[in-house]
Amino acid sequence: MTTVYVPLDTVAVALDANVVADQLSQAGATVIRNGSHGLAWLEPLIEVEHSDERVAYGPMTPTTVTGLIADGVLERPLTDHPLCQGPIVNHDFLQSQHRLVFDRIGHDSPLQIPDLADVLKALAMPPDTLIQMIETSGLRGRGGAGFPAHIKWRTVRDTEAPRKYLVCNADEGDSGTFADRMLLEGDPFRLIEGMVIAGHATGSNHGVVYLRSEYPVAETLFQRALEIARECNLIGQNVLGSDFDFDLELFVGAGAYICGEETSLLESLEGRRGQIRIKPPVPAISGLLSMPTVVHNVISFAAVPAIVRLGGETYRDLGVAPSSGTMSFQLAGNVKRGGLIEVPFGITLREIVEGYGQGTLSGRPFKTVQIGGPLGAYLSQQDLDARLTYEAMAELGAGIGHGGLVVFDDTVDLAEQARYAFEFCELESCGKCTPCRIGSVRGKETMDQIINGRARAQEFNMINDLCEVMDRTSLCQMGGMTPIPVRSAMERFPEDFVQETSA
Amino acid sequence: MTDDDVRTHVLPHQHKLGGPIRALHELMRVYGYIHTEHLPTVADVFNISVAEVRGIVSFYEDFKTHPPARTTIRICQAEACQAVGSRRLTNELETAYHTKLGIRGNDVELEAVYCLGLCASGPAVQVNDRLIARASVEKLQATP
Repeated sequence: MTTVYVPLDTVAVALDANVVADQLSQAGATVIRNGSHGLAWLEPLIEVEHSDERVAYGPMTPTTVTGLIADGVLERPLTDHPLCQGPIVNHDFLQSQHRLVFDRIGHDSPLQIPDLADVLKALAMPPDTLIQMIETSGLRGRGGAGFPAHIKWRTVRDTEAPRKYLVCNADEGDSGTFADRMLLEGDPFRLIEGMVIAGHATGSNHGVVYLRSEYPVAETLFQRALEIARECNLIGQNVLGSDFDFDLELFVGAGAYICGEETSLLESLEGRRGQIRIKPPVPAISGLLSMPTVVHNVISFAAVPAIVRLGGETYRDLGVAPSSGTMSFQLAGNVKRGGLIEVPFGITLREIVEGYGQGTLSGRPFKTVQIGGPLGAYLSQQDLDARLTYEAMAELGAGIGHGGLVVFDDTVDLAEQARYAFEFCELESCGKCTPCRIGSVRGKETMDQIINGRARAQEFNMINDLCEVMDRTSLCQMGGMTPIPVRSAMERFPEDFVQETSA
Repeated sequence: MTDDDVRTHVLPHQHKLGGPIRALHELMRVYGYIHTEHLPTVADVFNISVAEVRGIVSFYEDFKTHPPARTTIRICQAEACQAVGSRRLTNELETAYHTKLGIRGNDVELEAVYCLGLCASGPAVQVNDRLIARASVEKLQATP
């Protein structure tokens, strides 16, 4: 029987992959549900195995797959078929990537127990050596803040406490981002491995993954992966025969963007409204249940096994220190070829938008790319040669955030987008501090006046004042960073913000 | 659904991390929405005030206090979907179903959602539990 791989990733499923999988089973194929390779425009991307070679076809629909089966795709490779993509590993979108976190994704069932050599190696290392290795690697938090990981690890290790925790932030709410989801659906063991290693290094025996409820496929898959991990002793007592105990559980959020902010997430995990906490104390000293807690994004933990495997120096030498290692960029929005792009830091925006993305999906001229989610800057054509490093982006008044890039064509109105930035802040503000709670509402109202052509200089001054107050006095980055999309839009696209012409 | 029934669903979460939120998820699953008369039971099990429970329910988008429509269509309103026409799609769906985003109804309800993680294949829509990428009115109406 012929083996066919059909992704179970949410993107594929939302494009009828389950129907396609059933059709292939009924035609006599052995169907294996794999993770996605991350070429979103080709989903559902199926791979048919013929004598050890996997030939890919995509994008599939229930109609096209019927045709492929009739043409004999299960008997022999149909290399002349217009939807044939050849062996997917040879695709230019993948060949130029450097995958360390996503290296296994798509190759097999996500629930296949992987080689656990990295974990065994780490468990045999003294915790201090491991933390030193993370420091050498230059790993910084992939959730958005880019904070050096080793500082959190060392602080938790050195803080005396009866219990210590690891919390994985999988509340991936930024529009344009889906790396956490893809990993949880396509290679959940990579996260578990990273958390076990971090637990050993920091002396934490308890881990929690906080997953957003908008990711039901990831929830089911990760829950199953946890059961398997327990069965094969990757978690539980005496992990893989060592003297280290580690338990890990899943917690599902309830639809609040703000819970991606680490202190709000901790409040939510303790069963309350997700209102942010005032820092200090930082979670590494007093976090979950007032115990020392490492809070990391999914990709931060998932980068750890590769660092253990390669060594800190090798990892650091990828990228452009102090932006070290690889970053999982996610290309989305109005773009021909969207998907997951894991490459070392230092690639230019142009290489991603025009190289990987090949321009807009609509075919209309490119106008802007928003980088780093709803709190990220809108950059223009002039910025495309900038390198994607924390430092180069900071020079532009932008940030990499969680690595999402959303492309817009020339039909976008940046005044609408600035209004939306305020509106989103209004919707998602936890309400604790005034600049965020009230500033967002006033900002939206003022933007309405600008959009309706009724704004004079005082409205523009109002926006500038609001931005300054929110930036300087908000308690967390929700209110503090909302000015970034607003200001970047006004600075780079002044033609979209027009003052009322005096009558 | 007596108080005992409700308590049966809440009690397993009593000593778990984030228990009240887990319990409310369970009540949503079992009863379809959070009934006001269940709140005292939740408060009692977790030894918190009814006001606190009400506060949790009102904070999180997932916890509804009214029965769901027969069909709930959640349309992503976030940037990546905006870039591929979600604002236009929202208008078209409003016209097709004679309703407005966020207006309650018994038959079809259109609801805003902010990111379903389908950002490279938008616009994204969710019809009850079913996710649809590259959504259009035609595609939705062809969906059983």
